[in-house]
Amino acid sequence: MNNEELKSAILAIQPAATFDESGEFLNVHISSELLLPLMLELRNNKDFYFDYLFCETCIDWKDHLMMVYHLTSKSLKHTLVVKGKISNRDNAEIESVAGIWKTAEFMEREVYELFGVKFLNHPDLRKLILDDYWTGYPLRKDYSDPVNLIEY
Amino acid sequence: MELENATEEQDDLIINVGPQHPSTHGVLHIKLKVNGETITDVEPHLGYIHRSIEKMCESHTYRQFIYTTSRMDYLSAHINNQACALAVEKGLQVEVPARAKAIRILMAELTRLASHQLWWGCTGLDLGAVTPFFHAFREREMINDIMEKTCGARLTMNYAVPGGVMADLHPDFVKDVKAFLAEFKGKFHEYDELLTGNIIFEERVKGIGYISKEDAISFGCTGPVARASGVSCDIRKLHPYDGYENLQFEEIIRTEGDCYGRYLARMDEMKQSMYIIEQLIDNIPDGDYQAKTKALIKLPKGEFYQRVETARGEFGVYIVSEGATTPYRIKFRSPGFSNLSALKHMVVGGKIADLVAVMAMLDLVIPDIDR
Amino acid sequence: MLLKIFDFSTITAAFHLWLSGKMSSVLVMLIEMTIAGMCALGLFVFLGLVLVYMERKVSAVMQIRIGPNRVGPWGTIQAVADTVKLLLKEGLTPDGADKFLFNFAPILVIIVSMLILAPIGFGKGLVIWDLNIGVLYISAVSSIGVIGILMAGWASNNKYSLIGAMRSGAQIVSYELSVGLSLISVVILTGSLQMSDIVNSQANGWWIFKGHIPIIISFIIFVIASTAETNRAPFDMAEAESELTGGFHTEYAGMKFAMFFLAEYINIFIVCAIGATLFLGGWMPFHIGGLTAFNDIMDYIPSPFWFFGKTFFLIFVIMWFRWTFPRLRVDQLLTLEWKYLLPISMVNTLLVTLMAIMGWYF
Repeated sequence: MNNEELKSAILAIQPAATFDESGEFLNVHISSELLLPLMLELRNNKDFYFDYLFCETCIDWKDHLMMVYHLTSKSLKHTLVVKGKISNRDNAEIESVAGIWKTAEFMEREVYELFGVKFLNHPDLRKLILDDYWTGYPLRKDYSDPVNLIEY
Repeated sequence: MELENATEEQDDLIINVGPQHPSTHGVLHIKLKVNGETITDVEPHLGYIHRSIEKMCESHTYRQFIYTTSRMDYLSAHINNQACALAVEKGLQVEVPARAKAIRILMAELTRLASHQLWWGCTGLDLGAVTPFFHAFREREMINDIMEKTCGARLTMNYAVPGGVMADLHPDFVKDVKAFLAEFKGKFHEYDELLTGNIIFEERVKGIGYISKEDAISFGCTGPVARASGVSCDIRKLHPYDGYENLQFEEIIRTEGDCYGRYLARMDEMKQSMYIIEQLIDNIPDGDYQAKTKALIKLPKGEFYQRVETARGEFGVYIVSEGATTPYRIKFRSPGFSNLSALKHMVVGGKIADLVAVMAMLDLVIPDIDR
Repeated sequence: MLLKIFDFSTITAAFHLWLSGKMSSVLVMLIEMTIAGMCALGLFVFLGLVLVYMERKVSAVMQIRIGPNRVGPWGTIQAVADTVKLLLKEGLTPDGADKFLFNFAPILVIIVSMLILAPIGFGKGLVIWDLNIGVLYISAVSSIGVIGILMAGWASNNKYSLIGAMRSGAQIVSYELSVGLSLISVVILTGSLQMSDIVNSQANGWWIFKGHIPIIISFIIFVIASTAETNRAPFDMAEAESELTGGFHTEYAGMKFAMFFLAEYINIFIVCAIGATLFLGGWMPFHIGGLTAFNDIMDYIPSPFWFFGKTFFLIFVIMWFRWTFPRLRVDQLLTLEWKYLLPISMVNTLLVTLMAIMGWYF
């Protein structure tokens, strides 16, 4: 499916989605509460069949967090970027997609420890790369560590 | 080599494998739960070589951050650099001269060959055959010497820059590469004789660590690991870059899905790499080796994603820029990270010795995973 | 035909006669036992040094390296330097280990290795004790070595050592069967368990040539099984599976570890010596039955040369295996023995019996 068809198909499932085609891929913006049903539909619907999640990460935009999912379909060969906006920075929560794509398990653990986003219904949410005693979320823009981090 | 024993829940023994390994995979700590000889649970603990590269890159300029990527997957260092350079070029919309593209591909394929040679030597070492290691390094030294003459370094090349390559090829480059190709082709049959046809080796890897095609896609496996299960994922074919679309080579797809399939996939990839180098080595176009770019690069506001095929799989660079001289956020999608997440699926139910075989065939480089 | 081979028993008999003239028979026996013991110990030590050096040089040549070349001319004193290092190391006994068993295990393994040296003929007349049940004695005494390994694993108070020791033990006990059956095939053809009889029966040709196909099968099985008996690669899963721990000898350091290490190399020498004696003729030169002139020329080379030459050739083959093949997994190891080698050995033994009865050998 090309971008126009994708847009109309996604709007049919989720009218609240907005689109951004300024970049290389089609970006779908949606708020974090409405994310999981859209993801399920994108994976299971045979017109979409996005079976390959190749990058899942988070960006800290200072007043909100944005979860970014890069999806592609191996059989239908289209690519999509889904962005879930998490408005509540202090208590960031979003549904986990580890049940849909198994690769998300490790990726979400990494986002959890580096950004502080809590993934609901994740099979095993704990720190992956940082030490267990680490406090704070290093990749957030307001993270300060006077001992190790030089700010200028 | 540290080792602790504890018993928990009836018969399950917890064994720590690592973080120091006799093999060169890196510092990976795996907590194994075994029941007798059979593995019941595998839990990788990462972070022993986490250097917060992503956070560091937020304060580096677009020319500086490329050097940190050589240290991530140090065996495909040039290919990582190429990915970053391509991502920045995508943002700048700058046209790379044909000579630079050809040089970058040549270096990338040589790097791929070197990485697979080291992988082959270490596979033999992990499984108990010590001698293949010396055979592999004998040829790898030739590639290292070629790299040293042109790029100045043997392992972390830092040769690709946004716009092209840093310096022109050394005058001996074409001659050296041709000599290397002739020698390696003559010696390649030794690799097959030592390990591939050996029945002990086959018994150790056939049927071990099976992963189906759907599971490989779901776990996000890429590279030879996924190609051995039938997934077509070679970025050089699907989303060609830097001139790969003009070259003739095959994508190696196998259907076995076990360790032996991955082994054969990598051996065939080595032959394909040699074939690519042969096509290019006599036809390097003349011209500039670098396009003109500003000294201090400012990418326009936006997001840029570049995917390349390293020796391990798909490496992705995701740059989010706000128009400044340093990136706002960089994410590196490392192939080893997703390949490692499939380890538990592949190994549970097998024997302890199978863990060693599976890890050898996954070709993990831990600095790539920890970043 | 045999008269041309120099017989060392003339020297030993003359010495015995001279000594008996000087003192009482008890003293003579004591002196002779001491001399034989010193020679055996000396051989032990010398072999240990030579084999360690040989292994390092052979592996280096196969891996396009040089090997030890700093200590002494061509690195020959390297093994001595290693021994001095091991002697100076702290011999740690782990907490909670069974002290008596812990200290006794390496001694037992060395004792077994020395005992097996007794019936082996190093040259014509150079035997410490040529007993009439030589082959049976060797088989029986080598089985005691397993106890030493299990003792070491148990006494270390380390679960992983115990697992490694039990795996080692299982491996050795299984492969003893195949070794025994292959030895029996030669005994059937010779008709005697005495080592000197077996060697003398090869005066018109070595058994590997005279006994053609069944004996060649026996020989191959013998080489495979004895590589497994001595825990050498490709059967060294119990100690390298863990390049992690060292299996049953993890907790040993210093001189006690050196004893295990030495015992392993002496075991290799012994199994190769037995293989050389039974299949390749021991100290018997290369004779072709019927060509007396050829045989007489062969006889001029002294018998110890023949013996050591054959033994070291087999040792080289076993070292060759180690540096070429990857390791077998533990269950594949035991499958190899019980499902393949043992049935083949049994059928082969029947074939050899048939051959002996019908006289279908040279």
